[in-house]
Amino acid sequence: MILRRLLSRLATTLVTLLGVSVIVFVTIRVVPGNPIAMMLPPGATEADIDRLRALYGFDRSIMEQYFIWLWGVVQGDFGTSIQSRQPVLRLVLNRLPATLELSIMALVIAVVIGGFLALTGTRLRGTRTEGAIDVTSGMALSVPDFLWGLVLILLFGVLWPVFHISGRISPQLTSEFTTNFFLFESVVRLRFDLWRDLVSHMFMPALALAIPLAAIISQLLKQSLKETMHLDYVTLSRTKGYGENHVIIREALPNAVLPTLTLVGVQFTFLIGGTVIIERLFSYEGLGNMAIDAVINRDLPLIQGIVILFAVLFTVVNLFVDMLYAVLNPRLRHA
Amino acid sequence: MSAFLSIRNLSLVLKGGPRLLRSVSLDVEAGEVRGLVGESGAGKSMIGKAVLGILPRSVEVVEGEIWLDEVDLLKLRPSERRRKIGATAALIPQDPLTALNPSRRVGPQVTDRLVDILGWKRADAQARALELLAEVHIPDPARVMRSYPHELSGGMRQRVLIASAFAAEPKLIVADEPTTALDVTVQKQILHLIARMQARHGTALLFVTHDLGVVSKVCGSLAVLYGGLVVEQSPVRDFFRQPAHAYSRALLAATPKYTDPMAGLNPVPEAVITAVQAEVAQADASWRNGGWRHD
Repeated sequence: MILRRLLSRLATTLVTLLGVSVIVFVTIRVVPGNPIAMMLPPGATEADIDRLRALYGFDRSIMEQYFIWLWGVVQGDFGTSIQSRQPVLRLVLNRLPATLELSIMALVIAVVIGGFLALTGTRLRGTRTEGAIDVTSGMALSVPDFLWGLVLILLFGVLWPVFHISGRISPQLTSEFTTNFFLFESVVRLRFDLWRDLVSHMFMPALALAIPLAAIISQLLKQSLKETMHLDYVTLSRTKGYGENHVIIREALPNAVLPTLTLVGVQFTFLIGGTVIIERLFSYEGLGNMAIDAVINRDLPLIQGIVILFAVLFTVVNLFVDMLYAVLNPRLRHA
Repeated sequence: MSAFLSIRNLSLVLKGGPRLLRSVSLDVEAGEVRGLVGESGAGKSMIGKAVLGILPRSVEVVEGEIWLDEVDLLKLRPSERRRKIGATAALIPQDPLTALNPSRRVGPQVTDRLVDILGWKRADAQARALELLAEVHIPDPARVMRSYPHELSGGMRQRVLIASAFAAEPKLIVADEPTTALDVTVQKQILHLIARMQARHGTALLFVTHDLGVVSKVCGSLAVLYGGLVVEQSPVRDFFRQPAHAYSRALLAATPKYTDPMAGLNPVPEAVITAVQAEVAQADASWRNGGWRHD
């Protein structure tokens, strides 16, 4: 049963990815800007241009180009980057860990802050503290992540310089790693010196991404906690002699968390999208930063590869959330 | 105070609003079954909630004492009060469909008080829960303990809640309209079950209901409320033979008689309402003169 659901999900995903690839493929070829012109030195002859166009297949129709590309993808070949002349797949997979680590760190920060604010606000509902939490999260939500990035750079990079404002790691340490999952690897190898350097680089971009999501979690979770607190089983638990903290965490939270979970899944995909600008802002060497370079250079194969990878990421996140939802909600487990 | 539960002069207000309970005094002896009767809004549920410490945040106690097992609950710190209530009293809630936590298994919801509040060993609590579930005629109690609430029918869930209420051998159980949300066919079974469990365990029972028929079957005595005022307290036998208060008589007359389908409905007469409302106003007037000011 679960297998069948997974298979049908997979089929939908494939169709979605096909659609995404068509849209990207066509769009980046229709918008102005010519990759060939960017590659050639000034004064190149007409013949040079034609030769290069033929080499990259730009002399064919868009439909032909698409099917050539798709055939390659089926065989695991996403083409060659025009800029760096390297296989797109390798370039993209090299950068993926950096973006994944940043996004997951941001998600963890958002869940911790948002969850803490929601629980505190529920515990102290009706007091000034709850009002302060509402105002704070309202503010956090109405400022976009890249502006938070600038604010953080100003605060902790300039006025009180405690964090690094650019890069993923101090350059001389890069050679210490064997994989590209720097943060993960530093933890597994118990190299906390490396870990500290990584975190002092990643913390600010991650926090900038996390703040709006933390605000959403705080507001939504607090709302559903407060609704849950009126339900009969919560009242019954109070008559058993339990204190308010216990009642909130054990009775209300497991049920209140469900609607929040769905939304966090959707919002997390937005967060991954947000890495594009944040990575640029903090010169963080991830996928997003690479995407901007690729767009500037009109590196069409690379753009296609990055967008497809982002699309795959989004689908995986959604699938994961669906499964988590089924695990947490006993009413769905047997359905 | 000899009574196990003794409510003295209890007044509740809706914050900034009128009184919900008007100087209510009520005793429940150990092992006694006391019915609380009245229309909706008469304040009968509020009494049960006040005793169990689960009044809504918008409701405030302005005067009175609630003596439970020789302790005035209202003088305790909130955390002490909850523990005292949890250790000596229990609730059979109105709606079994919403009174069990949907994301927790049934077993822990029956045993949690025994383990966390009363300090039992987990294995003992488990055995006790199985025993009680069998006592309320739940087939295959071990399986039910492992189930989630949505896997059980409404009647089954109410049985679980009854077992849970009796599991800690409380001295007092508040049953808040425990059959109202159930199918008529199940109502009777649950009613019998509560009565039988009460008799076997000798628990005092505060039975909140709007149904005089239920009171006549289960209770030994009753209190009739109108507008937060106790208008009559009598043993059940006297009440059904000769209600003392005009409002009680009207209420009794208004109860539909299923044995006589041709009898018309008798709403409580206008004059009786006016009279009892005057009584309520009178109570408020003398109360204010007694020194308490509403600010």
